[in-house]
Amino acid sequence: MIQHVENPVLEIHDLTVTYNKKPVLWGIDLTLPAGSLVGIIGPNGAGKSTLIKSVMGLVPSGSGYVRVFDKTLDESRGRISYVPQRESVDWDFPASALDIVLMGRYGKLGLFKRPRKADYEVAEDCLRKVGMEGFKNRQISQLSGGQQQRVFLARALAQEADLYFMDEPFAGVDASTEKAIIQLLREMTQKGKTVIVVHHDLQSATKYFNWIILLNMRLVASGPVETAFTEALLQETYGGKLTLLSDVSDLVQKNQFPSREK
Amino acid sequence: MDAFWIILSGSLVAVSCGLLGCYLILRKMAMVGDAISHAVLPGIVLAFLISGSRNSFVMLIGAGLIGLLTTFLIEFFHRKAKLQSDASIGLTFTWLFAVGVILISAFAGKVDLDQDCVLYGEIAYVPIDLWITGAGQIMGPRAVYISGSVLLIILLFIKFGYKELFLTTFDPAYATSIGISTTLWHYLLMGAVSLTTVASFEVVGAILVVALMVAPPATAYLLTEDFKKMLAYTAVLGIVVAVLGYYLAWFMNASIAGAMSVVAGILFLAALLLSPKEGIITKMLRNRALRNQTQSI
Repeated sequence: MIQHVENPVLEIHDLTVTYNKKPVLWGIDLTLPAGSLVGIIGPNGAGKSTLIKSVMGLVPSGSGYVRVFDKTLDESRGRISYVPQRESVDWDFPASALDIVLMGRYGKLGLFKRPRKADYEVAEDCLRKVGMEGFKNRQISQLSGGQQQRVFLARALAQEADLYFMDEPFAGVDASTEKAIIQLLREMTQKGKTVIVVHHDLQSATKYFNWIILLNMRLVASGPVETAFTEALLQETYGGKLTLLSDVSDLVQKNQFPSREK
Repeated sequence: MDAFWIILSGSLVAVSCGLLGCYLILRKMAMVGDAISHAVLPGIVLAFLISGSRNSFVMLIGAGLIGLLTTFLIEFFHRKAKLQSDASIGLTFTWLFAVGVILISAFAGKVDLDQDCVLYGEIAYVPIDLWITGAGQIMGPRAVYISGSVLLIILLFIKFGYKELFLTTFDPAYATSIGISTTLWHYLLMGAVSLTTVASFEVVGAILVVALMVAPPATAYLLTEDFKKMLAYTAVLGIVVAVLGYYLAWFMNASIAGAMSVVAGILFLAALLLSPKEGIITKMLRNRALRNQTQSI
């Protein structure tokens, strides 16, 4: 079940990625509509992070191409934002939360220019949006995991991009933070921005997203949540892990025509 | 006057090395300076064999080129062969150093060109090695001019590349995603390290270069949580090391480079024990104060 759209914000065509000759992603071919909140779902090692990284050009792809806003990646860098996994950096770095969020402005500043007052204002505003304004001068190692995640999110917001890629933004985040973040993401998509999230938790997937990508090395499904998040497709994605799948069938039944929280 | 020149050139070198060291230790590449200072030996020998002179400018170029090659090889083994970065550092510089030793013993045995003069520059000779213009005017020690220009280059590099260096050090993946080339900035930084190492070890010797690249930044790291302050503290610490090191050596009638390294180590130890936030003794006192408070309640 792969649904294509007209005028996609993101078009991935026949993308294949290999690590040491072992394929990680195989012939991915999908398009995404603007203003959607997309969840990439699949088991461990399915290539969810790799998909994001290869779209961003962080890992080389073997074949295929990616077009963003109908342009090449480098032409649209200014409109894309990336939130890496929290564990990918050393949080003992001597920097404050504000320093990190300011990095979101670097792309717009260009070479040799320092952040100006307006950039500081945007950065502080973004910290406020994620509820971290009280921590702007706190050194980043003294923040909790959830707070660090929110700082990363604020940095992405500071970019004022139109397309966001987020690699597991809910990892190690408590329930209330998760809710606050998803609320923020919804507001962003309502303004026409597109947010693509690597997600682990099947329970919350139908509630959070309106577009689902099911991935297990190859693309199993890509479409609106009602059509893509079905038992048969999840079976196919997770390859018959029984205990899990019985949960999933409960879940799908419970969430038939999922009601979205507003 | 001699003391002034020695302390001045020591300070200039200490500040250059320390500023770059801040980036190196945060990138977990502190030993790259050590690697470069050893690996440039074949470059110096080859420059000598090709040019036939011991002109220090020619040697500087030879050494600088091999320095860059060293950083390239380290990165190559780390990325392509997936070797741990410390292993690729160890592999690269021992091999290049050995090639240099063989080149010396095979082709340059009769010239005064050995590990002593290459590896252990002598800072005490700084006031003797003067820059004299064609007209015969004495301009002061050559080393001060060399290390002064290097410091100027490093300061400009950090001033103009501040945000790129900061970002590529903290989060390379994110830097790439917004179109800042991590590879370019890696090699620019390594080029700066190579230049500084090569220019400095002629002045102060390789051991002191490595000490100055690691100890003051490591000390500053313990003292602050703000990167800009870390750079500033490192610069101040570098100057303190040069001054105290000189007088320690004078007092004990010992090697100046050695004394400076010792002072750098002692300052680190002091910061480790007494740093306002994470110092071992500070923590003990704080815990005791806390205990007394809770007992009195």
